[in-house]
Amino acid sequence: MKPDTVQLGHGGGGRLSRELINMAVVSRFGDGPLRGLPDAATLSANSGEVVFSTDSFVVSPLEFPGGNIGHLAVHGSINDVAVAGGWPRWLSLALILEEGLPFAVLDRVLDAVRDAAAKADVVVATGDTKVVERGKCDGLYINTACIGERVEDWRLDAAAVRPGDVILISGTLGDHGMAIMAARNGMAAGGPVSDCASVYPFVDAALPYAAEVRFMRDPTRGGVAAVLNEMVEGATSAGIEIDETCLPLAPGTQAVADMLGLDPLYAACEGRVLLVCAAGAADAILGAWSKLPGGAQAARLGHVSAEAPLAGLVAALTVTGGRRIVDLPGGEILPRIC
Amino acid sequence: MKYIEGFREPRAARALVEKLRLLGQSSLKDGNGVTFMEVCGSHTMAIARYAIREALPEGVALVSGPGCPVCVTPAGYLDAAIELARQGVIMISFGDMLHVPGSRSSLARARAAGGDIRVVYSALDALQIAAAEPQRECVFLAIGFETTTAPVAGLVPLADERKIGNLSLLTSFKTIPPAMDALIADPELRIDGFMCPAHVSAIIGADAYLPYARQHGIPCVVAGFEPLDILLGIEGLLRQIIEGRAEVENQYSRVVTAGGNRRAQVLFQRLLEPEDALWRGLGVIPASGLRLKKAYSSRDAAVRFGVTIGPGVEHAACCCGDVIKGKLNPAACPLFAKVCTPDDPVGPCMVSAEGSCAAAYKFRDIRQHAY
Ligand code: SF4
Repeated sequence: MKPDTVQLGHGGGGRLSRELINMAVVSRFGDGPLRGLPDAATLSANSGEVVFSTDSFVVSPLEFPGGNIGHLAVHGSINDVAVAGGWPRWLSLALILEEGLPFAVLDRVLDAVRDAAAKADVVVATGDTKVVERGKCDGLYINTACIGERVEDWRLDAAAVRPGDVILISGTLGDHGMAIMAARNGMAAGGPVSDCASVYPFVDAALPYAAEVRFMRDPTRGGVAAVLNEMVEGATSAGIEIDETCLPLAPGTQAVADMLGLDPLYAACEGRVLLVCAAGAADAILGAWSKLPGGAQAARLGHVSAEAPLAGLVAALTVTGGRRIVDLPGGEILPRIC
Repeated sequence: MKYIEGFREPRAARALVEKLRLLGQSSLKDGNGVTFMEVCGSHTMAIARYAIREALPEGVALVSGPGCPVCVTPAGYLDAAIELARQGVIMISFGDMLHVPGSRSSLARARAAGGDIRVVYSALDALQIAAAEPQRECVFLAIGFETTTAPVAGLVPLADERKIGNLSLLTSFKTIPPAMDALIADPELRIDGFMCPAHVSAIIGADAYLPYARQHGIPCVVAGFEPLDILLGIEGLLRQIIEGRAEVENQYSRVVTAGGNRRAQVLFQRLLEPEDALWRGLGVIPASGLRLKKAYSSRDAAVRFGVTIGPGVEHAACCCGDVIKGKLNPAACPLFAKVCTPDDPVGPCMVSAEGSCAAAYKFRDIRQHAY
């Protein structure tokens, strides 16, 4: 009888390995550059420059409301390429499997990789699979790398950000981080749902205004607070003011954040773009975003300010009309979220 | 899940701020400032998070009280916990406790050195942990005020019921009213009004504060943790002062009743008895702690493992004691933000999310940024 979990022998390089690769990988990704399982993929790019990024995924739990580690592994790398001004084209996929991982879980994860890649129109071009002894990894780890072609029009540079610029976010804050926290604490039902998705459609929708876009990031670990703090760190003449009274927040995310005493500003998004642009382009970009699927909650977060006491800082205007500093996230005790 | 937004409504909040300003202007003219104490750490947090100090009228000062359970837990308690971890006991704790400095080390460091320390969000998780490893001893770090005491002490009958014999509690439970008595008796402190805790009051009931109003003439308002709750609480205190009243008002009536939570009170009576307790910063306060009764001593980790909880050694320059008593603004501590930060805390007030120093650091308002 065939085992229904991953065995150490699946990593031995013999017949079992073959079986695993055929069942898991070839059946899903064997039609493109992976056909015949060459040692390396040969790709043909149109433009001269490529944008290249890699990321490893060790999320626990492997499956959470809104997705699983497979979705995350695809979107994590393509989003990094997209916000750097690349058009994501090819992915590598390296799997580290723990002995005893149920094939049912592996199948769901790889189906997610296949579907997410197809939806984002990227090709899984090369890969690798290793099996480690029980206890040496937590079910399944994934590394992906993404190569994209540089999109000519983007002139992205954090140093170009200046007072008066507006900060936009493409959707609700902190949904992924809170979905993981909720799943870990057994409060998933009716709670937050991960926003895990490709941000490329949002990046592409902003392209007509590229000349006025200064900078884009996907606020993953550390959330929006981390990205904003990085933007103004060390700045002597600019700071950021966000309006806390109009942050886009999903009710489930807000509820779980309140229950666990966490701030959604610090929670990871896995399918949002934070974009800084000249004030004049803000409405047009928000308008374009709001028409996209998942873009209804796109909103203005705040602006870059030249006010002297704000220099180098991120401040939030609170409901009482007072302002507080939104610090860099500390080394808090949070579970692995990506 | 939508009910909470009403209590964060910006227009209502700003209208209240304006109302408070007018009230302050008309009543606190001749330099007659008032000082209110928010007793509870969650209030301290929320006040900082919503920048409420910045929104207060001139002449109204808010000082923070001793209501952060982590902050008042003595270093010696942590020393005992660290020692048990070193002996191979599974220590189960809420997250805040991990980075609190003991005399020489912290639980986080004990964990890095191989100690088996599990962080939980719910006390009930302790039952699962203990049930999963019946051959190992498990100790829950049972600190907290009445709010936390209820679910944590509740582990004892649950563990009995489920025949989980390897779980015990290292208790350092504390109760709020004796600490308020101690503050009132302190001649160096002048408190014109108490903003009484929200969730502690859900257990003990708003009537628990009647002596402060009736015998000491100090206005009391039980307030919730949302920004509008707090602003309404301040308004209530200010009005009592202006009108020359001293009463217990319950702004948080959606959760708190006059008599409190009967079931929790019965549980306390059944399992626990008062003891004199050492509060970090405040010293020993008579009958301010709760310990397991003799009949439950097999669940008392101190008895079970023969450990004594001493006072421990605290950093000489840490001013947590004065911060906890509301005598000192965290920023006035010479170590604040220079040597002592949430990443590298010197005193417990910088560790817990509810600690005054951590709140002042994390949510410093723009005016305070100079430090
Ligand atoms: S800043 Fe640090 S050292 Fe100073 S009182 Fe607060 S916790 Fe203690």
